Amino acid sequence: MSEVQGLLRSDGFVAVRQLPLRGMITVKGDLSATALKNVATGLSGVDFPGPRECNCVGDNGIAWMAPDEILLMVTHATIPDAMAKVAATLQGQHYLAADVSDARTIFELEGAGVREVIAKLAPVDLAPDVFPPSAFRRTRLGQVPAAFWLKDNQTAELICFRSVTQYVFDILTHAARANTQVSYF
Amino acid sequence: MELENLQREDVLMSTRLAAGGRLLNRGKSVRFEFNGKHLRGFDGDTLASALLANDQMLMGRSFKYHRPRGLVASGAEEPNGLVNLGKGGRFEPNARVTTTELFDGLTATSQNHWPSLDFDVGVVNNYAARFLPAGFYYKTFIQPRAAWKHVFEPFIRQSAGLGKAPKDRDVDTYEHFYAFVDVLIVGGGIAGLQAAKTAGASGAKVLLIEQTGHWGGRAPVDGAVIDGKSADDWINNTLDLLDKMENVQVRSRLMGAGIYDHGYALAHERLTDHAPSDDMPRHRLWRIRAKQIITATGAIERPLSFAGNDIPGVMLASAVRDYVVNYGVSAGDRTVVVTNNDDAYRTAIALKGAGLDVPLILDARASGGGALAEEAAALGIRIANGKAIASVKGGKRVTGVQVCAQAGEGAVLEEIACDAIAMSGGWSPVVHLWSHCGGKLIWDDAHAHFRPDADRAPTGADGEPFVSVTGGADGAMSFSGALANADETARHVSKRIGRKAKKATPPNADDVEMAPLAPVWKMPQGAGIKLRSKMWLDYQNDVKVSDVQLAAQEGFESVEHTKRYTTLGMATDQGKLSNINGLAVLADSLNEEIPQVGTTTFRPPYTPISMGSIAGEATGERFQPLRRTPLHDWHAGNGAYWEPVGHWRRPYCFQRSGESVEDAVQREVKATRDSLGLLDASTLGKIIVKGPDAGKFLDMLYTNMMSTLKPGRCRYGLMCSENGFLMDDGVVARIDEDTWLCHTTTGGADHIHAHMEEWLQTEWWDWQVFTANVTEQYAQIAVVGPNARNLLEKLGGMDVSADALPFMAWADGQIGGFDVRAYRISFSGELSYEIAVPASQGRAFWDALLEAGAEWQVTPYGTEALHIMRAEKGFIMIGDETDGTVIPQDLGLDWALSKKKNDYLGKRAQQRSHMADPDRWKLVGLETLDGSVLPDGAYATADGTNANGQRNTQGRVTSTYHSPTLGRGIAMGLVLNGPDRIGEVIDFPKTDGSIVKAKIVNPVFYDPEGEKQNV
Repeated sequence: MSEVQGLLRSDGFVAVRQLPLRGMITVKGDLSATALKNVATGLSGVDFPGPRECNCVGDNGIAWMAPDEILLMVTHATIPDAMAKVAATLQGQHYLAADVSDARTIFELEGAGVREVIAKLAPVDLAPDVFPPSAFRRTRLGQVPAAFWLKDNQTAELICFRSVTQYVFDILTHAARANTQVSYF
Repeated sequence: MELENLQREDVLMSTRLAAGGRLLNRGKSVRFEFNGKHLRGFDGDTLASALLANDQMLMGRSFKYHRPRGLVASGAEEPNGLVNLGKGGRFEPNARVTTTELFDGLTATSQNHWPSLDFDVGVVNNYAARFLPAGFYYKTFIQPRAAWKHVFEPFIRQSAGLGKAPKDRDVDTYEHFYAFVDVLIVGGGIAGLQAAKTAGASGAKVLLIEQTGHWGGRAPVDGAVIDGKSADDWINNTLDLLDKMENVQVRSRLMGAGIYDHGYALAHERLTDHAPSDDMPRHRLWRIRAKQIITATGAIERPLSFAGNDIPGVMLASAVRDYVVNYGVSAGDRTVVVTNNDDAYRTAIALKGAGLDVPLILDARASGGGALAEEAAALGIRIANGKAIASVKGGKRVTGVQVCAQAGEGAVLEEIACDAIAMSGGWSPVVHLWSHCGGKLIWDDAHAHFRPDADRAPTGADGEPFVSVTGGADGAMSFSGALANADETARHVSKRIGRKAKKATPPNADDVEMAPLAPVWKMPQGAGIKLRSKMWLDYQNDVKVSDVQLAAQEGFESVEHTKRYTTLGMATDQGKLSNINGLAVLADSLNEEIPQVGTTTFRPPYTPISMGSIAGEATGERFQPLRRTPLHDWHAGNGAYWEPVGHWRRPYCFQRSGESVEDAVQREVKATRDSLGLLDASTLGKIIVKGPDAGKFLDMLYTNMMSTLKPGRCRYGLMCSENGFLMDDGVVARIDEDTWLCHTTTGGADHIHAHMEEWLQTEWWDWQVFTANVTEQYAQIAVVGPNARNLLEKLGGMDVSADALPFMAWADGQIGGFDVRAYRISFSGELSYEIAVPASQGRAFWDALLEAGAEWQVTPYGTEALHIMRAEKGFIMIGDETDGTVIPQDLGLDWALSKKKNDYLGKRAQQRSHMADPDRWKLVGLETLDGSVLPDGAYATADGTNANGQRNTQGRVTSTYHSPTLGRGIAMGLVLNGPDRIGEVIDFPKTDGSIVKAKIVNPVFYDPEGEKQNV
């Protein structure tokens, strides 16, 4: 049983691609607790991020969401196992873990102008010295909440709520259409 | 006399000169159209210079009196040259000809004339001027009222208006861009360039923006020599230097529009106005955060107030010079210069240099000018010191001037023929951006202008200044002064952001020695009322010296009041030319000093910016985010009649071919009550609340007890604001020992989550509770009706029997191979399950339900059927029965208010005397005697009238429907002492005057025992 809808894609001066579902778990708790750090890094295989950072390789990663919240990313199929592992590891502690994989859509933006496309829509300083790869922001994109990080200087991943997938795709496509480079960064 | 003038006007010409025009590319001719006439200009022209070159001095008619108006200025301050630009999807009214760059195929029409530019009926206003004095609108709005309706309004409606509204959808696109810099410098004149160079050298991230397509401002026109080089050379060298600095960006056609708190600035970029394109955005609105802002916005020349100063051909001296030097265009062959300062002599010298005639320079100063005056005299130009213009001759064009003594009352000494007048009343710094965010001004007596007061700058969150000003905008009126000032300002600003600009000598410029300016606010000094009534202050809004004086006589002492009374400075140019002159006249009339009168408030944007740029990407499909449930595409493909619910679109009903909306709704209700219905309930909010203190927390949030709920069970709960009013409701499920799942209304999901977080973060920060909004994780489908269980059992999987899953229980399991959470809850009064599956499985599960349900004629239903079924059951709906003023007690929900709890949000508020008042209107059912449907929101009348003479009321309808189940209209409403008046009949007048009689009944119309939902 797979999602009925096809994946969206557009090609302007930056390519906008909807990615297949990714496993995402919201984990709230004490981010300094060893058990929480260990289960997150163990499941994702990446280093635990500092504030406003995201470490992500392929489908696996950890994004720092708030002083008491991370977003743990794993492959979609391994969600039941990952949820069970988190529950087992953090049992007895005050925490919350929720599967939010299906509540989200993830886009990949690729092209030399990736910073500009985002800077047309989000009130974030995307200058390379301020927003290097692995920097992460939860912010506003157009009129909806979104979060994003740079995998490298030409590629970003961006997540939004599932219900506004089409809107986010539309505004990203508009921002990325050919001949609209700002040539700022 | 009039005839004579007309004949003479025929030979007067503004024209293109054989040589000159530093901004022109004479090798490239450009075609354009004005009022249907095909004309030619050059690449590099503005529309203004191209029109002048084609002898089109007349640009439009004035707003009130329809007087002929020509160009006054050469830049953003131009008040008269406004045109309708473009056609169809690119039509734009009020385009300023001086800032519109010419391109091939440009079309423009003049505005505010009827029936034609050359012959205008409204010019009769000219003679009716004494009927349209200052405060005309205020006076005639008051009385005589009949005159307003029958005389003034039809006339004004016919003649008023600046430009037409566009009729077609804008074909261009727009966007925003967020930029973050250390130093934003607004203005690309020599001061802005120097400031960028100095700030850039400190290593700061600098963004230098210029509103026009050219750099260097006035310096090249005014013949500046900087470090021994021509201004153009110095500007190009500096731009090269800035280009090499990686930390500096320079952008032209980008206007600083506004400065706001916290270093926020808006700038408006014009990308394709000079070269229309279907590919590129037309405008881009830059939303800039800067640590420090420097305004290097220069200064604007002031007109002089003399009789007839609005006749086409009377222009600012600087503008006359600009057209000659920049565009090789002469405003006329014979130009009289009139001034109170030395700068205007530059115009006379430039005109002479271009081979044009300057018959006379009128210098209002008895002592005359300095070095530039000597230079003009040496060129053989006649100079008359202490002289002024008594009156301008001409109608649609200047034909001459009458000369008088400035000190006198206007006795004519001689008359000089001319076809243009270059006037200069001194220079006013452009202080707009400085003032936007609270920067204060001081009066500079020497230059007779307001300039920024550095000691009272706009301040940031740290209390330190974040805006600085430099160059002409700071009142630095010489080249070397502006450059030194820019260097020093940039150095200071760099220091403020923790950087150090290396010490360097600022460029040196050759300055000429200037004689002091003499303030001249009207010309001549002792002009009588006849002359004053022809002295224009605000060209666009037709405000004269006499109007401001009349306002002062009538007691308007505040400059802000005078502005609104006379409309001085209220046009699209925002008084760029008229402001200082107007308040000087006001001060004079009040016998006060100018600084005591003060200025009006400068507000963003500096010049008008397009609505499109403000909207940015938010147009068409992108206007508003539209939230789609996982089943949206199925709905869209199956006749959904949409209803907006917040940003969601939900099906109101599903129309079949040939079926009306009403019929579809009735069919859906009946099919569900009779057999089986499906509802997409995915939009309902779902918030996980978890932690050792979660139960305690929910007991505070809900009016009833949630901590005692057993895992596996559900409970309906009410949430009130701290003021006691009902704000949300929904079913709460206890998941495990320390986890609850709270369902909210569709509109409440985000708001209730925020409400929870606010209390947790600000009040109960030490409680151990986490929340997560998982609304979008699930597709939730209500399976409703007598065959609901049959359908789920057919699909197979978990036990959904009454024993295993009783009413108000929930369980995890599988149905038809899907992982589900099934809630046995009902908002319809029928046997009902709400089944949640992961959103990505939603469509597949929905399809499986439809396929398996076919044998029971499974019927998807929309929000209206949902509303009707809940109303038949007497269930309240947040937003229908509540409106922010209703408390649970009003709705008979006392059973859901826990008496055991010490406190919950709203409890104390509900004990206030008004909340506990037994006379509050209370919920009842309403049954019309004739079976009709009551109008929504209708009021029930009571005896007598209130203090306003209106009928007293005793209740109102909150929900009303035609019930297909009962075959008649049913309604819920709030009625005075309603529950005690069951059986009584009350009147509901309709808007057509008729009255509907309705009986007060129990609000539960259907299955009051609850036997159907509990099977």
